[in-house]
Amino acid sequence: MGLPNASEDLSSEMEVDAFRRLFPLRYFERHLAESIRPDARSLSRARNTTISMGAVASADGSALAKIGSTTMLAAIKMEVMTPSLESPDEGCVSIDFHMPPICSPLVRPGRPAEAAPVVAKQLSDTISSSGMINLKELSLVGGKAAWMVYLDIYCLDADGALFDAALLSAVAAFSNLQIPTVSLDDGKIVMLPEEQKEENSEKEPVNKEKRKLTLGGIPFSLTCILHKNYILADPTSEEESIMETLVTVVLDSSNQLVSLYKPGGAVLAYTSAVQDCIALTRQRVKELHQILEEAISGMEID
Amino acid sequence: MEVDRADGRNPNQLRPLACSCSILHRAHGSASWSQGDTKVLAAVYGPKAGTKKNENPEKASIEVIWKPRTGQIGKPEKEYEIILKRTLQSICILTINPNTTTSVIIQVVHDDGALLPCAINAACAALVDAGIPMKHLAVAICCCSAESGYCILDPTKLEEQKMKAFAYLVFPNSILSVLPEGSSLVQGEPMEHGIITSVTHGAMSVDDYFHCLERGRAASAKLSDFLRRSLQSKLPGDLSKAG
Repeated sequence: MGLPNASEDLSSEMEVDAFRRLFPLRYFERHLAESIRPDARSLSRARNTTISMGAVASADGSALAKIGSTTMLAAIKMEVMTPSLESPDEGCVSIDFHMPPICSPLVRPGRPAEAAPVVAKQLSDTISSSGMINLKELSLVGGKAAWMVYLDIYCLDADGALFDAALLSAVAAFSNLQIPTVSLDDGKIVMLPEEQKEENSEKEPVNKEKRKLTLGGIPFSLTCILHKNYILADPTSEEESIMETLVTVVLDSSNQLVSLYKPGGAVLAYTSAVQDCIALTRQRVKELHQILEEAISGMEID
Repeated sequence: MEVDRADGRNPNQLRPLACSCSILHRAHGSASWSQGDTKVLAAVYGPKAGTKKNENPEKASIEVIWKPRTGQIGKPEKEYEIILKRTLQSICILTINPNTTTSVIIQVVHDDGALLPCAINAACAALVDAGIPMKHLAVAICCCSAESGYCILDPTKLEEQKMKAFAYLVFPNSILSVLPEGSSLVQGEPMEHGIITSVTHGAMSVDDYFHCLERGRAASAKLSDFLRRSLQSKLPGDLSKAG
């Protein structure tokens, strides 16, 4: 028991920075006892969140989402494909999540980040089980042609709560999506380039009025850290590395539970803690919904 | 609101369980675990020294290698590896053997639903077999939730696909302690009610999730007993050999 006692004594005579580096857990616990975090947030408060739509001009839909300094860039590219035999009247969504070495000192060039495939899998699970996208809407000609949606998310800065930011950017990119116009040419689907939309009248676009996807229940998520009896919402990467028990709750706009993800961790989640996390997520869903609405209406004015 | 199950089980009934330890000779510990037709083989090598990338001078590290029945590993298997790794890290005492790596290799023999819970149970039995120090055992269970809020346990693959949503839950095994405070209550709940790991697929209402949680806890007690019994049955034999 030498170490904790030693740090107790040292904390009064040591510089704050040194104390933070030597005893990170103690440093955080001192703050938590005062119901505050080192970055001056209260325990249940998420960081500032911003969304900017249409960040990539060449993509069919794109968005840049920032939660604190965690930054995600999501871009959607659509292609026409022949639907599979099992689901002839459905399109397909393929999600990829990239963590290039610039995003974090933990990611080394040449070695893919361990977290990347996991976040990608979580994202595609969440988006498919929330029923946000009706795959039937992505059909162009039943059995012949349907849209293949490629959603790529790039993590530009990984400062904790990666999944939350990735999901937010994905949702924003889908609400920004403009489906390109296509026409039938001898039974083949041809993309119509933007500029000749007016003049070529003999090639009638097949999806003239359907340029937007109708999004069903939109999922929003919040990651919390459980540490002793404290619940910390929206952790930074420093907090994630020190206190390792993470719970990610995903709720959709009708308050259905889309996912409750807790991969291990030293702290056990009891019913009350789970209920608290869900309650925090409910508040956060409202916040995020408003931020998304504002970002969308901001786009329409431009 | 009864849901008929193809194999005639009642909703809370688990499939027949089987567990055998020390079935591989070269591994430090091994176990096979089966729930009905789902069968998983787990082998543990370690703690071994080595300069692996995840080496930590203060803690032992655990690596999980998932081998599917056929083909290459993809995203779902990568996710299973991470979940399994984090789950095992939280039940092992990592400070006893710092700077070592323990490898857990999971070989899927047959997948008929509830694959990840089955693998967690197998890995847990294999770790005990290898003599890795642990805080407590863990038991994993799969609960399915149907449209009507109806809940079934330990689904087969067909049931998993048919159901609206399902949750993989991992609970700690109850600690048997000679100390009276060994089985203490935490936040008014027994320790074995705490969730180590929770993974859900599909949308369900919050109430349905808590319903699943309740059923899962009840069933995990049975699983705990089974795990404990199958580990104990091998102990006296070992002792007599040693003596």
